[in-house]
Amino acid sequence: MKIHEYQGKEILRKFGVATPRGIPCFSVDEAVKAAEQLGGNIWVVKAQIHAGGRGKGGGVKLARSLDEVRQHAGSILGMQLKTHQTGPEGQQVRRLLIEDGADIKKEYYVAALTDRATQKVAMMASSEGGMDIEEVAHKTPEKIIKVFVDPLVGLTDTQARELAEGIGVPAASQAQAIDTFKKLYTCYMETDASLAEINPLILEGNGNIKALDAKFNFDSNALYRQPEIVAYRDLDEEDADEIEASKFDLAYISLDGNIGCLVNGAGLAMATMDTIKLFGAEPANFLDVGGGATTEKVTEAFKLMLKNPKVKGILVNIFGGIMKCDTIATGIVAAARETHLSVPLVVRMKGTNEDLGKQILAASGLPIIAADTMAEAATRIVAAVK
Amino acid sequence: MSILINKDTRIITQGITGKTGQFHTEKCIEYANGRNCFVAGVNPKKAGEKIFDVPIFASVKEAKARTGATVSVIYVPPAGAADAIWEACEADLDLAICITEGIPVRDMLVVRNKMKRKVAQGGKETLLLGPNCPGLITPDEVKIGIMPGHIHRKGRIGVVSRSGTLTYEAVAQVTELGLGQSSAVGIGGDPINGLKHIDIMRMFNDDPDTDAVIMIGEIGGPDEADAARWCKDNMKKPVVGFIAGVTAPAGKRMGHAGALISGGADTADAKLAIMEECGFKITRDPSVMGKLLKSLL
Repeated sequence: MKIHEYQGKEILRKFGVATPRGIPCFSVDEAVKAAEQLGGNIWVVKAQIHAGGRGKGGGVKLARSLDEVRQHAGSILGMQLKTHQTGPEGQQVRRLLIEDGADIKKEYYVAALTDRATQKVAMMASSEGGMDIEEVAHKTPEKIIKVFVDPLVGLTDTQARELAEGIGVPAASQAQAIDTFKKLYTCYMETDASLAEINPLILEGNGNIKALDAKFNFDSNALYRQPEIVAYRDLDEEDADEIEASKFDLAYISLDGNIGCLVNGAGLAMATMDTIKLFGAEPANFLDVGGGATTEKVTEAFKLMLKNPKVKGILVNIFGGIMKCDTIATGIVAAARETHLSVPLVVRMKGTNEDLGKQILAASGLPIIAADTMAEAATRIVAAVK
Repeated sequence: MSILINKDTRIITQGITGKTGQFHTEKCIEYANGRNCFVAGVNPKKAGEKIFDVPIFASVKEAKARTGATVSVIYVPPAGAADAIWEACEADLDLAICITEGIPVRDMLVVRNKMKRKVAQGGKETLLLGPNCPGLITPDEVKIGIMPGHIHRKGRIGVVSRSGTLTYEAVAQVTELGLGQSSAVGIGGDPINGLKHIDIMRMFNDDPDTDAVIMIGEIGGPDEADAARWCKDNMKKPVVGFIAGVTAPAGKRMGHAGALISGGADTADAKLAIMEECGFKITRDPSVMGKLLKSLL
């Protein structure tokens, strides 16, 4: 689960990491009031969307007067902000963060994330702050310093110093940098984050270290014990169909193709998408109905797929294990009837009670195309939509 | 023969009294030698009772002491599952198989590092399979986990995969071709897990009764590439490889917690390329995994 920058900074402050003062706003008037409240004579107007790359897309502007705050807030609020992470249609800006201007002497990068290979927490830092870290990793990998933290020990002073020295924090500010890294690590662990990134982390003219941005991602398996994080969820930033799917315990992701697919199991669902592509079409979605699919769940899954106007055909691929093919077949027939299915439907069933399932489909009188293998199923649905 | 488990394995079920635990324990007991293999359950509140005629003990340690079991299977719900893994480890079992899906990553990080520290300090190593996995089976001998037993057939092909239903797909293809499995292993779809592809490939390589292997992976993480590199120098048996998720978009979690492209090296195409370089016979069509393997024998 992702959150906004201003929420990330609230969390950082709670763990003692210094950030600029700022106020989130939902309207132009609120933005001007926020700037007045903050005082001073320079502010940053920042679009709050979940995607990164906001600056380059025109979503972050400096204001040197309250008039400029009003002007920038007016142009950013409501805009379709396009960044390399939003896709071509962009994301509508509904929230702003008005912040104190900062006296930036140097920009660094620091992040905590889980490293699968070592099964430790990786703390990464770089002298090349403010840039896309993947680009830094690609062009100048030597400029990224990494330490691997044993969760039973925590980030040690030695490791934190290695990071601070490695990225060239001046001696006078090193103690502050080390303190910031340790607090970031604690914050990462205690909030069950899967990513906590500060880019840039800045050195101010007076030698202070501050988080100028905050990007978090949280482990969805741990949300049950993180009510404060869940409260930050902004449904406007999430795909409406994916939210709908999650209500029925379906794993659904919209894609760009025209063949809807419904599968049990995440691996088999991906393999089914790949097979559709291999035989000349593109999948319209990823959809895993999971192990305990009921008639209701299958019907909801059909409704979701059919909501997508691009869908010209549906492929169902079920490997019956614990879930029996006849149960799923009953669900498919009911769903096809309830949704008045008008696009071609290919069903491939394998495993427990396969024959019973096929009988139910055949006896339904619905124009369901049967297939034995995944390849056959893909070939048939591709032919049917052409 | 087989890897990890056989008809003589004695098994403790942690979470035997829960809904999932009961359902699958019954099926496992019904399969092949399961009646003799599943010797104990654990639930501190129901110690002294029996379920499916299997005695329930208060702790894994006690269950082990009283029955001589060396393996456990865990169906405990996510919030307590990492503790259950640690309990199996503290009882010095040989292998713990964790079926549970949805364990917080931080819990897995902590328990994996505790397990490694125990070994580093000279303690006995308990292997972990999973979490978020279907378990493993040695056909006609014993089934530990949630896979449908009837699609398997005793044979000489090893199957290893991160995904449940995709494992079943490969198993069914092998069975339909008149071959069978020595063992079929699901290592699970979570980012922080126990045994990895490379560990299972080592075991299949050493198993005199495995002739060839189907290795199935998916997007996310370095495991398949690590295994392929090891196989290049060490594997003496033919391997068919498939990676799911060629069409998966970057940055999106595809059902499994660990199925997430986070860089250039963990896409399906990149993994397929490394596997091919390392001598695997790869396919992009999951319908032909079995046929391709048969052609290599």
